[in-house]
Amino acid sequence: MVYLTRIEHFNAAHKLYNPQWSYSENEAVFGKCANENWHGHNYELYVTIKGMPSADTGFLYDAKKLSALIKENILDALDHKNLNVDVPFMQGMMCSTENLAIAIWQQLAPVLPSQVQLHCIKLYETSKIYVEYFGNTSTF
Amino acid sequence: MSKVAIYRKEQFNAAHRLHNNTLDAAANSTLFGKCNYPNYHGHNYDLIVKIVGEIDPISGYVYDMKLLSDLIKEEILERFDHKNLNLDTQEFKDLNPTAENISITIYNILRPLIAADKDLYITLYETPRNYVEYPVH
Repeated sequence: MVYLTRIEHFNAAHKLYNPQWSYSENEAVFGKCANENWHGHNYELYVTIKGMPSADTGFLYDAKKLSALIKENILDALDHKNLNVDVPFMQGMMCSTENLAIAIWQQLAPVLPSQVQLHCIKLYETSKIYVEYFGNTSTF
Repeated sequence: MSKVAIYRKEQFNAAHRLHNNTLDAAANSTLFGKCNYPNYHGHNYDLIVKIVGEIDPISGYVYDMKLLSDLIKEEILERFDHKNLNLDTQEFKDLNPTAENISITIYNILRPLIAADKDLYITLYETPRNYVEYPVH
């Protein structure tokens, strides 16, 4: 099994705010991340796929095609957007890095070719904070 | 005596959009592209504050790094961190919050608070690939 990672980036605004709670409850839990007028990040996205290289190409999957898939299915929806307001697949969800990583997995997994498995979505919110999601079935 | 440069690096996360109030929506979209999207986007801004001066013979410092860190936190991060630069700050009510304008604004806030015999320079990264410097030297 070979693992191939493509690194992409996008810039977006968001806030952490649970609409079922009062403003003061949100502030108590999320602090300055609950600021009503949003804040934002430079997100770094690591998409790792796994499989065996093709005998014909030596590729697990053409990294340029992987980049194009990520751009069409993820970056076009997220880059320079407001995650809470503008992104259909984040509607009704808390826009945490955890939930965003899971949502990116759910968008990408169905559009990958059958010979390739999605292994990990790793998402940096800042240089010091990142999450990893390995899908529902992974036992690490 | 010889001059030494010291640097303090800090970070703040903020939302913004680029928009010129004197232009119509189409012209703004043409000029600023996706940076003009109406619902804002955001960045992790990396700020580097550089001070150049003579070493104090008593302390051995050009400037106490802890005091510089406190100054940046109180004057800059309190203003801009986890804020919407367009909506939440006085500084960018009528000024387009480009990296260029943010760097000049930060310089103008800090300059009066640092002794005049020290030189001050601001480097501001909007992304790991885009950054500006002010003043130019």
